Amino acid sequence: MASGRNWNWFHRMGSPRWFYETTGRWLPWLWVLTLGLMLTGLVWGLAFAPQDAKQGNSFRIIYLHVPASFLALAGYYLMAIAGAIGLIWKMKLSYMVMKSAAPIGAALTFIALFTGAVWGKPTWGTYWVWDARITSMLILLFLYLGVLALQYAFHSQETGNKASAILALVGTVNIPIIYKSVDWWYTLHQPATIKFTSAPSMHPDMFQPLLVMIVAMYSFYALALILHTRVEILRRERKASWVRELALQAEPGGVAQ
Amino acid sequence: MIAGSQGFAGYLRRDLLLAYRRRGEVASPLIFFVLVSTLIPLGISPDSARLAELAPGIIWVMALLATLLSTETLFASDYQDGSLEQLLISPQLLALSVLGKIVAHWLVTGLPLTMVSPLIGVMLSLPAEGLLPLMASLALGTACLSLIGAVGAALTVSLRKGGLLLSVLVIPLYMPVIIFGSAAVQAAVDGLNWLGPLAVLGAMLSAAVALCPLAIAGALRLVSNN
Repeated sequence: MASGRNWNWFHRMGSPRWFYETTGRWLPWLWVLTLGLMLTGLVWGLAFAPQDAKQGNSFRIIYLHVPASFLALAGYYLMAIAGAIGLIWKMKLSYMVMKSAAPIGAALTFIALFTGAVWGKPTWGTYWVWDARITSMLILLFLYLGVLALQYAFHSQETGNKASAILALVGTVNIPIIYKSVDWWYTLHQPATIKFTSAPSMHPDMFQPLLVMIVAMYSFYALALILHTRVEILRRERKASWVRELALQAEPGGVAQ
Repeated sequence: MIAGSQGFAGYLRRDLLLAYRRRGEVASPLIFFVLVSTLIPLGISPDSARLAELAPGIIWVMALLATLLSTETLFASDYQDGSLEQLLISPQLLALSVLGKIVAHWLVTGLPLTMVSPLIGVMLSLPAEGLLPLMASLALGTACLSLIGAVGAALTVSLRKGGLLLSVLVIPLYMPVIIFGSAAVQAAVDGLNWLGPLAVLGAMLSAAVALCPLAIAGALRLVSNN
C-alpha cells in the first residue's frame, strides 16, 4: 500500500528504540559540531571582534544573550509541537521529547534573563527594567515552570504527559497575545530615562561571530535535547528487553538471563 | 437548539442552585476582595493623591486574586462526590456543559466583584470618571479570568495540593487581561479614550469563550481517566 509506505518513517520515528539507536550514531558528530562552533564563536566574539564604540567590552555578552533568547522562545514551540504530536498520534517518544525540552528551555530562558541583567548594569545603570522584551521573557519562564510543575505533579506518567501537553498548547495560543499586550503596555508606560543604546544594525565584524554563536546554540540545543531524551527513554523503557540487554552489555559483571 | 446543548442550561441552573444553597462560600471571594483592598491604604499611605494613582492597578490585582481563589473550587466538589463522572458520561456536549458551569461561576464571583468595585474605587479615591470603565472592564475581564482559570482548575482537579500549582499555571495566562483591564481604567482617569482597551478585552473574551471550553473538556476527560 502506497499510503502505508509513506507513513512508515513516521511510525518508526515514534519508536524509542529506533530513536535511541539512531541518535547514538549521531552523537559523536553532534558533540564535535557543537564544541567546534561554540569555541570558534566564543573566541572570535570575545577576543577578536572589535569593541563597541559606546559600550566598550560589555557588549560582548550579546554572544551568549541573543542565542540563548532565540532558543528559549523556539524551544517553547518545539515543546508544544511535541506535546501536540503526542496528543494527536499518541506517540510515546514525543512526550519524552516534550518532557526533556521543558527544563532545557527554562534554563535557557533563565540564562537569557540573567545575561540581560548583567548586561543592563553597565549599559542602562540598572539590573532590571520593566521593558517589554524582558517582561515577556519573564512570563515565558513562568510558562515553562508551569509545564515542568504539572509534569511532576501526577503519579501517573500518562496523565502528567497529557496534562502538560494541554498546558503547553494553551500557552502557545497565549504567547502571541502575551507578547503583543506586553508590548502595548510598555509603549503606554515607556520610561524616558532608559533607551537601547546599541544601534539596530551591527557591523559585520561583530555580526559574523554572533551568527556562528546562534548556529552553535542551535546545535547545543539539539545535543542537550537528544541527551535528555535518551535518559528519559532509558528511564521509561527500563522494563523493555532491549534496555535490559543494553544494561547487561554496559556492565561486564552482569549476568545474562 | 443544537443537539446535546441542554447541558448548558442544565448545568447553569444546577450550579446557581448549589451556589444559592452555599451562600457563605460564595461570599468569601467578595469579602476577600474588600478586606485585602483595605490593607492597601494601611500598607502604603492614606494620602488620597497617591491612592488615586495606584487604584486602577490595585483594584484589578485584588479582583484577579479573588477570582483565582474561587476558581480552585470550580470542579473540586464535583470531582469528590463523583458528579464529574456523570458530567463526562452524559450524552450532552461536554464543552457546552462546562461553559454552563463557568457562566454560573462568573455570575456568583465575577459579577458581584464588578458590583462591589465602585465602592472600593471610592474608598481608594479613584476619580469618578474611572468608575464606569472600572465596572465595564471588570465585567468583561473577570469572565476571561473565569474561563482561563477553569482550564487550570480542570488540569489540577485530581491533585491534593492543586491550589498552589493552579496559581503557577494560570497567573502567566492572566497577564494580558490585567494589562488591558487596568489600562482601560487608567485611560479613563487620564481623560483618554478607554473604549480601545475595553474592545481588546472583549476580543479576548470571545476567543476564550470559543477555545477554553474545548481545552477544559480535554483536561477533564484526561484527569478523570485514572
